[in-house]
Amino acid sequence: MQPILKQDLEVDRVSKRYGAHAAVDTLSFAVAHGSFFSILGPSGCGKTTLLRIVAGFLAPDDGEIRIGGRSMRDVPPNRRPVNMVFQHLALFPMMSVGENVGYGLTRRGVARAELANRVDAMLKRVGLPGAQPKRIDQLSGGQKQRVAIARSLVLEPTLLLLDEPLGALDLKLREHMKIELKQLQADFGTTFVYITHDQSEALVLSDHVAVMNAGRFEQVGTPQELYYRPATPFVAGFVGANNRVAGKAIGVDAGVVAIETAAGLRVQARASGPVATGDAVEAYVRPEVVDLARDANELPHGTQGFSGRVESLLFDGANSAVLVTEASTRAEIRIALPQTGRLADLRVDEPVAFGFDAERAVCFRSG
Amino acid sequence: MATAHLDASAIDRPRVQLGVLLLLAPALLWLVGLIVLPHVELAVLSLRARVAPRVYEWSLDQYATFIDEPLYWHTFVRTAAMSILATVSTLLIAFPVAWYIAKIARGRAKSVLFILCLIPFWVSETVRTLGWMILLRESGVLPRLLADLGITAAPVELLYHDATILVGLVYTSMLFMVVPLVSALETLDDSLIEAAYDLGGNGWSILRQIVIPHAAPGIAAGSIVVFMLTLGNYLTPTLLGGKNSLWFTEQIYTQFITRFNWEQGAAFGFLLLILSTAIVWLGLKVTGQRFGDVMRRA
Repeated sequence: MQPILKQDLEVDRVSKRYGAHAAVDTLSFAVAHGSFFSILGPSGCGKTTLLRIVAGFLAPDDGEIRIGGRSMRDVPPNRRPVNMVFQHLALFPMMSVGENVGYGLTRRGVARAELANRVDAMLKRVGLPGAQPKRIDQLSGGQKQRVAIARSLVLEPTLLLLDEPLGALDLKLREHMKIELKQLQADFGTTFVYITHDQSEALVLSDHVAVMNAGRFEQVGTPQELYYRPATPFVAGFVGANNRVAGKAIGVDAGVVAIETAAGLRVQARASGPVATGDAVEAYVRPEVVDLARDANELPHGTQGFSGRVESLLFDGANSAVLVTEASTRAEIRIALPQTGRLADLRVDEPVAFGFDAERAVCFRSG
Repeated sequence: MATAHLDASAIDRPRVQLGVLLLLAPALLWLVGLIVLPHVELAVLSLRARVAPRVYEWSLDQYATFIDEPLYWHTFVRTAAMSILATVSTLLIAFPVAWYIAKIARGRAKSVLFILCLIPFWVSETVRTLGWMILLRESGVLPRLLADLGITAAPVELLYHDATILVGLVYTSMLFMVVPLVSALETLDDSLIEAAYDLGGNGWSILRQIVIPHAAPGIAAGSIVVFMLTLGNYLTPTLLGGKNSLWFTEQIYTQFITRFNWEQGAAFGFLLLILSTAIVWLGLKVTGQRFGDVMRRA
């Protein structure tokens, strides 16, 4: 990381064990000032534990947390320059919207008049002007979300932690809140640390994403890096849709591995990490990387070509895909339908040709 | 269309009401037969005076006696004050217990603790109170122990004090406070407490601003039940307080059973009913609770 950038959060070799199970395993990372950092992982990967350690609700077994350059050892949650937006928001139902947003300021002993001004200004900034007297149960899901964020941001924390706050919302609202959250973060310039199991949230929102698995980070990078250059099989499988082809490396030439599956299918893919002939390997091919055509001549020049038959059509608007079985090995592959409307009339059982550029598929040594 | 619908419901309604009435019949019989009728009878009794053998006339004499005789209203006020004190003490002791059961204990420990609260009720109230007497009387376990340890020179009588009555009342009432408190605290989302802590709250402010407002209906429910039980308790004050317990239920007992003065006893009974209603109403008013909400929690 560049030393010029101010790091708002530094996590230094932090571990947390429950019995023999390491929920967080000697983890180190830093989050730069003003950035939107996401931790993406399946449930049970330790991301919530990590967030609770940063917030101060859990003490790490080992390692140190520094926030704004200051060590957080033995600093309780109510004294950390960190606020958290909880999974179910945890708005106080016994208080009005104004009291919720003003709660933290009251605790800090801010004078009544100034408090009212700051609450008012904050509610305006999140698009809820004059909502002070409303009860929490009068708010919609999206408004509750904004109140929860306002309640934290009014305290001007160094770091805002968000624990899957969009999880409880329905799909349409979630899409909307994603955009709103990104705009809010850009507006306030506060450093956000966001945890989620939803890869689309992580990719859309973040400047940097860490993919977490079994207490460790598999890869930290920009959404584009994670998507196009996954560092591990886990990342390739977890981020975005992917076709997995497992087999044996039968040749390596200029960083391109030739793979043969147990059924005899031969494909080529770019090697990631050391791969030698004879290794057990797995290749990942994204559905949109595969070209699909009715006739093999229509495939772009220079790509490896296969023939097959349409197994089923998965229509989902812009995300439509077809499942194709390869002719000789019966291997199944998911291919994205071209957006141009070409092949929109494809039928089940129709013979097709498909192929992909070896450079755009990635191959790892297994295990 | 709308009229047709109205007509149909108008025809349906009496039938539905009859069904509901039949279902409610046992409860209604119980209410009317055991609560309303005796109270009407009591009211009538309390409002008449005997002028000659078997000759009665309407009068407020019984109530006048209550006001004229300082012992009566002194006992009355004392009973109310002690009951309030017992209720508050029960709340203060039961709250941490309920908090532990609802928020800290997990799985088996939780049910074991609940059963521990319930176990004293396996034994009849008389036996439980006699148990206290065995512990506290001058020749009992506790005074002997205090004397042996040299804390007191000789065994002291621990029975027949106001504090003894309070201890007995709190002990008898614990369960009725713990149960509604546990159910109120269990519904409190832990993340609310964490959120308040995260936003800068400390233990005391969270208790005051988050926990107590949330548990208020449960607190009110427990307090009402305990207050009613305490105010109407006869056995515990009599046995643990002895002759100078001066509990109002004793006055009622004396009028009915010892003096055969049913008219006076009925008037006292009514005064106690008015007293408990007034104090509960006042308590709800002061804490801003609604009776319906509270009873749903109880």
